[in-house]
Amino acid sequence: MGRYVVRRLLQMIPVFIGATLLIFLMVNVMGDPIAGLCGERQCDPATAAQLKRDFGLDKPVWQQYVTYMGNVFTGDFGTAFNGQPVTELMASAFPVTIRLTIVAILFEVIVGIALGVVTGLRRGSPVDTGVLLLTLVVISVPTFVTGLLLQLLLGVKWGWIKPSVSPDATFGELIVPGLVLASVSLAYVTRLTRTSIAENKRSDYVRTAVAKGLPRHRVVTRHLLRNSLIPVVTFIGTDIGALMGGAIVTERIFNIHGVGYQLYQGILRQNTQTVVGFVTVLVIVFLVANLLVDLLYAVLDPRIRYV
Amino acid sequence: MTTLTKTEDAPAPTGPESFLSVRDLKVQFSTEDGIVKAVDGLSFDVERGKTLGIVGESGSGKSVTNLTILGLHSPRSTTVEGEIVLDGKELVTASERELERLRGNKMAMIFQDPLTALSPFYTVGRQLSEPYMKHTGASKKEARDRAVQMLEKVGIPQPKMRFDDYPHQFSGGMRQRAMIAMALMCDPDLLIADEPTTALDVTVQAQILDLLKDLQQEFGSAIIFITHDLGVISTMADDLLVMYAGRAIERGSVREVMREPRHPYTWGLLSSMPRLDSDVDEALTPIPGSPPSLLNPPTGCPFHPRCAFRDEVPGTLCTDTRPSLGDGRAAACHLTAEQKQTIFIDKIQPRLR
Repeated sequence: MGRYVVRRLLQMIPVFIGATLLIFLMVNVMGDPIAGLCGERQCDPATAAQLKRDFGLDKPVWQQYVTYMGNVFTGDFGTAFNGQPVTELMASAFPVTIRLTIVAILFEVIVGIALGVVTGLRRGSPVDTGVLLLTLVVISVPTFVTGLLLQLLLGVKWGWIKPSVSPDATFGELIVPGLVLASVSLAYVTRLTRTSIAENKRSDYVRTAVAKGLPRHRVVTRHLLRNSLIPVVTFIGTDIGALMGGAIVTERIFNIHGVGYQLYQGILRQNTQTVVGFVTVLVIVFLVANLLVDLLYAVLDPRIRYV
Repeated sequence: MTTLTKTEDAPAPTGPESFLSVRDLKVQFSTEDGIVKAVDGLSFDVERGKTLGIVGESGSGKSVTNLTILGLHSPRSTTVEGEIVLDGKELVTASERELERLRGNKMAMIFQDPLTALSPFYTVGRQLSEPYMKHTGASKKEARDRAVQMLEKVGIPQPKMRFDDYPHQFSGGMRQRAMIAMALMCDPDLLIADEPTTALDVTVQAQILDLLKDLQQEFGSAIIFITHDLGVISTMADDLLVMYAGRAIERGSVREVMREPRHPYTWGLLSSMPRLDSDVDEALTPIPGSPPSLLNPPTGCPFHPRCAFRDEVPGTLCTDTRPSLGDGRAAACHLTAEQKQTIFIDKIQPRLR
């Protein structure tokens, strides 16, 4: 187990370098960062050249990348457009996004798996058909539609929630945004669980469990659910990274000052430092989440042993 | 002796000594293609301490019958008629709650494929303890002791250590033993063994059969032994029921049926068994044709499309009328007793010996 983890951590290094390099190059194509610094007005050519030299932007791209990565490892992610260090932005943005992600994951796990179990056990029943239709609607309607609609109905028309989230972004305020963020994944979790449950319901060991005289709820929770959860765990694990980085739309709608909001601002203002910095951290989150999922396999299925 | 004295047409009251009695059992599945009559009017009895063997081809309704006894059929697509009485208790109409109390406790089943029938996610010991704790209310510790004791009884070496192993760490034979141990945890009065040795090699098979016999002597349980291996059944069973297309077509004691079979299907089964002392070049004699579709079983005798002796029966009796299975030692066939005697002596016996 320990050796496996070490190997996996070592494997992360090339993935990490490759991913950050790609981002670095893509951001470089985005446009001149100096132009962004000057704001709406045209830059003075002399000042621009001076700034370029100061920031090291006249050097070749690979050299810029090496310098940047060197700085990252000392904890220096550069400064954002407004002169704030990027690390400071991260310190304010990540806790908010993590809270939002936790709310979303909780929705996926509790509601998604529960719906999946109910529909999987009663395949073909009206409940099953209804939920399936609902998931299809949720999957096909884009997040910004559901988000704006809920904001309009719950926030503006009925006044059940505040239409926008305060800078504190407490858990209570994040329930509706979390639901919006989770909605598509929730539909997928429901469908995955349903298929998995329906498939395993007919398996021999479930029949054995019934033949042993175990009551139905025990058969379902102990024997059926355990095996059916493996594909679901994979999905939710990889979804953690996607939820954290993909909250741009949701965070814009509800005015949440999290990772998505900062990324959006960074792209809009052509601020390379912010974009690359945030994406780098997201890459790490993705890799660690994947490692955790793989380790969780061994916990769920004793046949899997890591050497 | 097991009393096998009931006819399909007129179910008589159960004898006092029969422990399990099945009367005119009909099991039907509704599928997209129509209604499958998996079991069609089956009756038999099993007595305490005795073994009933059920033989027949794949799809003859052997397994379905026994899954129905335990109530393991899916209730939505299956209709069950007739009656199953276990120790005075009617099972067909019993509630799920009552069945739960009986399953694994009074009646237990050994499944065919122990690799898929054991859950891969829990230790063998835990799976063994589960029914014991549920039915007897024993503590974890007591259940563990009992499970270790049972594992030892079925011949698993170092049972204390193996208790914490997962099924995939067991060999095929050991898994089947664990399966048997699991079925015996609560001393069931009725043990249903559904082809328990099919997946095993012969040496292990012999050990498992010996084990089952020993355990039966010790606990005095009734056993229903399902197989398509006639060699196995002749060493295991006291009585024999031959099934074809969801019906019983011959019954009697093992000795009677093996020595003097009376149904053309049984003749076919026995003749198709390869013999050790026969010439290597000698072709096997299979039963021609294949088992009928249970969606649309043949009219009259279900075996008539494959029967070699149809011409001996006058008129269209075979295609029109379903032969009934008489009392006791009986075969469901339209041939007269004399005809059967002559055909058997002239044509079948030379092939068997």
